[in-house]
Amino acid sequence: MTDQDERPDAQAQDGGRDSAAATATEPKPDNRTEEEPSIGQRFLRELTTGSTALTFLSVVLALLIGAILIVVSDPDVHAAASYFFSRPGDTFAAAWTSASEAYAAMFSGAIIDFDEYTVGRALRPFADTLTYATPLIAAGLAVALAFRTGLLNIGAQGQLILGAILAGYIGFAVQLPPVIHIVVAMLAGFVGGAVWGGIAGLIKATRGAHEVIVTIMLNYIALFLLAYLLTTDAFQREGEDLPRSPFMLPTAELWRPIEGSRLNLGLLFALLAAVYTWWLLNRSTMGFRFKAVGLNPHAATTAGISVPRSYTMVMFICGGLAGIAGATQVMGTSLHLHTSIAEQLGFDAITVALLGRSSPVGTVLAAILFGALRAGATTMQAQTQTPIDIVLVVQALIVLFIAAPPLVRAVFRLKVRATTPVAPGSGGLA
Amino acid sequence: MRRTHTMRLVAAVAAVGLATAACGEPPGEGGGGGQANGESDFVPCMVTDEGGPDDKSFNQTSYKGLLDAAEEGITAKPRLAESNAASDYEPNVDQMVKADCGLIVTVGFLLADATKQAAEANPEEKFAIVDFLYTDKSGKPTPIDNVKPLVFNTHEAAFLAGYLAAAQSKTGKVATWGGAKIPTVTIFMDGFYDGVQHYNKEKNKNVQVLGWNKKTQDGQFVGDFSNANKAKQISENLLNDGADIIMPVAGPIGESAAVAAKEQGDALIIWVDTDGYESLSKYKDIILTSVVKGMDVAVKDAAAEAAEGNFSNEPFIGTLENEGVSIAPYHDFEDEISDETKQEIDQLREQIISGELKVESDAAF
Repeated sequence: MTDQDERPDAQAQDGGRDSAAATATEPKPDNRTEEEPSIGQRFLRELTTGSTALTFLSVVLALLIGAILIVVSDPDVHAAASYFFSRPGDTFAAAWTSASEAYAAMFSGAIIDFDEYTVGRALRPFADTLTYATPLIAAGLAVALAFRTGLLNIGAQGQLILGAILAGYIGFAVQLPPVIHIVVAMLAGFVGGAVWGGIAGLIKATRGAHEVIVTIMLNYIALFLLAYLLTTDAFQREGEDLPRSPFMLPTAELWRPIEGSRLNLGLLFALLAAVYTWWLLNRSTMGFRFKAVGLNPHAATTAGISVPRSYTMVMFICGGLAGIAGATQVMGTSLHLHTSIAEQLGFDAITVALLGRSSPVGTVLAAILFGALRAGATTMQAQTQTPIDIVLVVQALIVLFIAAPPLVRAVFRLKVRATTPVAPGSGGLA
Repeated sequence: MRRTHTMRLVAAVAAVGLATAACGEPPGEGGGGGQANGESDFVPCMVTDEGGPDDKSFNQTSYKGLLDAAEEGITAKPRLAESNAASDYEPNVDQMVKADCGLIVTVGFLLADATKQAAEANPEEKFAIVDFLYTDKSGKPTPIDNVKPLVFNTHEAAFLAGYLAAAQSKTGKVATWGGAKIPTVTIFMDGFYDGVQHYNKEKNKNVQVLGWNKKTQDGQFVGDFSNANKAKQISENLLNDGADIIMPVAGPIGESAAVAAKEQGDALIIWVDTDGYESLSKYKDIILTSVVKGMDVAVKDAAAEAAEGNFSNEPFIGTLENEGVSIAPYHDFEDEISDETKQEIDQLREQIISGELKVESDAAF
């Protein structure tokens, strides 16, 4: 066992960056002769190997369709279109105004506000973007890391909730000195999520139950657990009967460096999680095993890697990453627990991981893009009264295009060769 | 080849469709573009919670108040910010503060923290919040200078509905269930429960209430306002236990109770928040009555007050007396309800208004 374990390990160390490519090509022929990869495996492989250009074009295409929807749903355009044949110019002018103003408002709400005079204030929208991106980074990593090990972690939502419950409780109910309080609460968040993820991994490893089913069920259990806890006196605010907890104690609040912005220290924790995931995948023995299992569990078994142990371990870590997302959400952004603390973050995280091609760097960038869409959406809505739901449609379209690369290739007349990756696992941006 | 052909066909069909809709007259040069009607430049704004302005429930009813105010020329066209998630509340309220709103109405207790924070940071802005009253730990109100709470003693109206249900039940069992166990929901259930008990006392009957017990404050809840399957399951269970009238207190998923009742055959529904005969017209033939919570009127009045420069932070408490809460007309059941019952209900209403009959709930304001 240890002998066989050493071999790929050594390869990973001295092979460095090329190791992924080298090993990735190895198991393939073995696999062909034994059995065809399942649809799930092929899907995962396609996901992790698409090109950056394809990802970028998917986003562009989604935004273009979003623009059409903005135009179509705008009452001013309707008004101009009703006399299209008398004065067609009006319709086009109204359409242009509608879409360009909406996207301009979105930009000013997500990146830079040119109406502000000081640099600090002008960049506050970008701080909002990063605030929204923070939990998406950590939760996105939870999904991406599982993808790389060949698992579909649909349970980031539940793992995130458990993380928020534990971190939140430590944050508002336990008196601790500054700094230590944050560290302990953050660790509690990690443990909460890790246990929840670990349960799914353990059941998969020991009983073979499909992780998709198990994690979805655990999502519900987590949601109702939170809803139940928020009806108890231990979690409710004194003198109230509403499902919301007291605020975090000042010692557990994540520091907010910019006056008037919700951007907080949570971003640093999320980025540390990304660095850790990158290190795990590219520089550690354990990560090497995870990737080998993800590429071909049969070959990994033959190479002496324990597939069940990898599944349990990776789900434990993934859960912990999602738990950190929950902890930043409760300690940094909302500052109290409530029933919708997890929002749709665990599900958006799946999209983020897809968009980021399951690489840590890609996931961070994708999370920032989604953060920008969400931060921009509130400004767009307030300034141009464009429905905020447009952003959800754009997000959904991005996934659709990424899941259907041939469609995007056809639209932009890309040659297949141009988008064929060199090495599985090293695609995307890592 | 084949594909371009299809595309052309689609384009042609689309063009014809557009053409028929696009033959109108253009507006005159110089005109147009102005506000719909009314000269008021007072812009009322609203931030909804995740339900959004089309939830057939309290967000929608509250927004209707602003639309009504604009239609009547009291205010300009309202601005709306819908929230997709809890972390949108603060940014949405901040955006509205920036947007020169005359009054910012926030909907629901979920927005209470964000509203308080923005109100304290912007003392010159005016706010109103639907369904929430700021209190301290002992439950004593702690008013904020620039926030007007709009709350409703819905138990008064639900009491009448409970009495009616008890009188109309053939099985001697009526039921209620809630979306989540929060005061704005349980206040309906408390009133309903007491209404039934009052009927039992007056008529010496023993009509049972399933799904809620006021004394133990325990009952049937879905856990949220979105799980329609669970809502239907709870309704079916209550029907199987013998209930023939159900009052679901769960916003949009209350419809599941109507679906279950219709499938069961001879069960009826009491709708809440709006008159279900109109808002849920698909099921109007099984809607006995509705417990109406006049959020639209309260919001409209608050907007009018602020537009006229008479804003105050005095809470508005909807009661039977000020018609902030009421029960809807009986519509199709006008003939089925005995004159005796109708008179008794009118009498009870008078007694509650005069204070002769005390209706209480822990969740009351």
